[in-house]
Amino acid sequence: MEASKVIHAIYTDDDVLMSAVKKVKAERYHIEEIYTPFPVHGLDKAMGLAPTRIAIAAFIYGLIGLTVATVMMNYIMIEDWPQNIGGKPSFSYLENMPAFVPIMFELTVFFAAHLMVITFYLRSRMWPFKEAENPDPRTTDDHFLMEIAVDGNEEALENLLKETGAVEISLIDKAH
Amino acid sequence: MYTFSNKLKTFSFILMILGALGVGYGFMTSHKSFEEVETLLAEESHHGGDHSVDASHDAHVSDSAHGEEAHAQVDEHKEHIEHVQHQIANRPWSALYVAAFFFMMIGLGALAFYAIQIASQAGWSPVLFRVMEGITAYVLPGALIVVAIAVASGTIGHYNIFIWMDPEVVAHDKLIQGKSGWLNIPMFALRGLIFIAGWSLYRHFARKFSIAQDTAEDKSNFKKSFRIAAAFLVFFIYTESMMSWDWIMSVDPHWFSTLFGWYVFASMFVSGITVIALITIYLKSRNFLPFVNENHLHDVAKFMFAFSIFWTYLWFSQYMLIWYSNIPEEVTYFITRFNDYKLPFLGMVVMNFVFPFLMLMNADYKRIPWFVVMAGLVILFGHYIDIFVMIMPATVGDRWFIGVPEISAILLFAGLFIFVVFTALTKAPLLVKGYPFRKESEDFHY
Repeated sequence: MEASKVIHAIYTDDDVLMSAVKKVKAERYHIEEIYTPFPVHGLDKAMGLAPTRIAIAAFIYGLIGLTVATVMMNYIMIEDWPQNIGGKPSFSYLENMPAFVPIMFELTVFFAAHLMVITFYLRSRMWPFKEAENPDPRTTDDHFLMEIAVDGNEEALENLLKETGAVEISLIDKAH
Repeated sequence: MYTFSNKLKTFSFILMILGALGVGYGFMTSHKSFEEVETLLAEESHHGGDHSVDASHDAHVSDSAHGEEAHAQVDEHKEHIEHVQHQIANRPWSALYVAAFFFMMIGLGALAFYAIQIASQAGWSPVLFRVMEGITAYVLPGALIVVAIAVASGTIGHYNIFIWMDPEVVAHDKLIQGKSGWLNIPMFALRGLIFIAGWSLYRHFARKFSIAQDTAEDKSNFKKSFRIAAAFLVFFIYTESMMSWDWIMSVDPHWFSTLFGWYVFASMFVSGITVIALITIYLKSRNFLPFVNENHLHDVAKFMFAFSIFWTYLWFSQYMLIWYSNIPEEVTYFITRFNDYKLPFLGMVVMNFVFPFLMLMNADYKRIPWFVVMAGLVILFGHYIDIFVMIMPATVGDRWFIGVPEISAILLFAGLFIFVVFTALTKAPLLVKGYPFRKESEDFHY
């Protein structure tokens, strides 16, 4: 069973937050989540999060886009109806390729960009009408919130968090 | 302070001596008499399976698609032999010129990159400034050599690179006559000297202010170097464009292209950045640059990656616009290249685009020195081929080969380049001391 009680520690400075994260990690507590109003550089490294693989996904999507463009134009312009349009050599794909490159390029970028964004939305569970998962509205403005699971060690953890410079510490019962 | 290791110095001298010998050999073997060329051509057509000498001559005549009359054929035959004779004589000149231009353009590309770093007040690159300054030391001798070879080919030589220098050709050529206000040797030399004077003056003062800033109490030298960098970039973009018309585009005086200056710029810029990366990695491996780390390498490699793509964009834009409209007076440029230079013409797209694109896309790979070195060597070789394909079709036509004259010329100028650049590197400490962004650059982290 997952721990149903968590501690919310609130900080007002990203530098303090960073050193707090390092301290909490050093004490081997598990940080469930951190809410910040803006990207804090190096926070992912301090938390030990795995690097994103979205660039790899984008590269594959780009290849798919390139393939779609090539197959589409080869079918339309060369195989299905190889018309003579202004003397362009529509005998084979290669012979007429320079004319297709702008579309190949654009579709590669289109697929890479859009599918990557959609992947990002899916993986981070973002969509319209999605209920916000914000534990404290102040974290969208100027407060930083660290959420740590507790398992019968509230007091030690609370003391540690106080030491790290948390301005507010509260025990939250997550049971629903 | 950097000390020029004796090993490297000897190496550069060996390159220069080997190169000079090969270049001399190239010049000595390129003067073929009329009869020699005649037998050479006859032999070549024998290899093609044609056993009749007369028939092979007829084939040449029909190749050039001219008069059908019998006595005209004799003239055609003579003209053809003379044409080939001239092409063979052109080869060592062009080989020398291509290599000279290639190394000059590395220095000039690095100079432009350096000026941009200063004018944009980049925070990551100041630790590399001394490496860049070392490379730009080659601009003055290198560019003078390029102009000297160009002018010599029209005065000492027999108009071996630029046919517009030949008064006899101009007399029969209305198109070149129309351009002779721009294309004439005195003006060509004068323009060349003005370009070189401007570039070298900037290089001289930039270096002077950079060294003066090391011990200065205030930032006045930094401000001065910022101002002259901005002024130089304006001067550079005009003169670089004109330089590309003069030194490269005018080998095909019947042809012109509007984005040619940009195209040559992209080539020199990416080569310059690549050499900055290679020399940085070399010096780092010898422990002369303890303040340079993989983050700096990552940024330089990103520039190599991005400007390889920029080069491809311009290469393709020029090619595709001309291919698409297929206007006879401009498309001949690509037809000769496509027919006679298929492998280098298409191979350089692979080396300058596909290879660096796939190799340098991954962020982790850009931080691995040997990976950047491998990609950089391919990029440099690709851009040598790029210059080769710009010059050679106009001078030696289908008689091209990358043999002794070409490789020797590369060795000669590579040796000179190494000697000049590494000598310049010994002249000042490898870290800019008083430059305002030095600290930021040392702590640079990506």
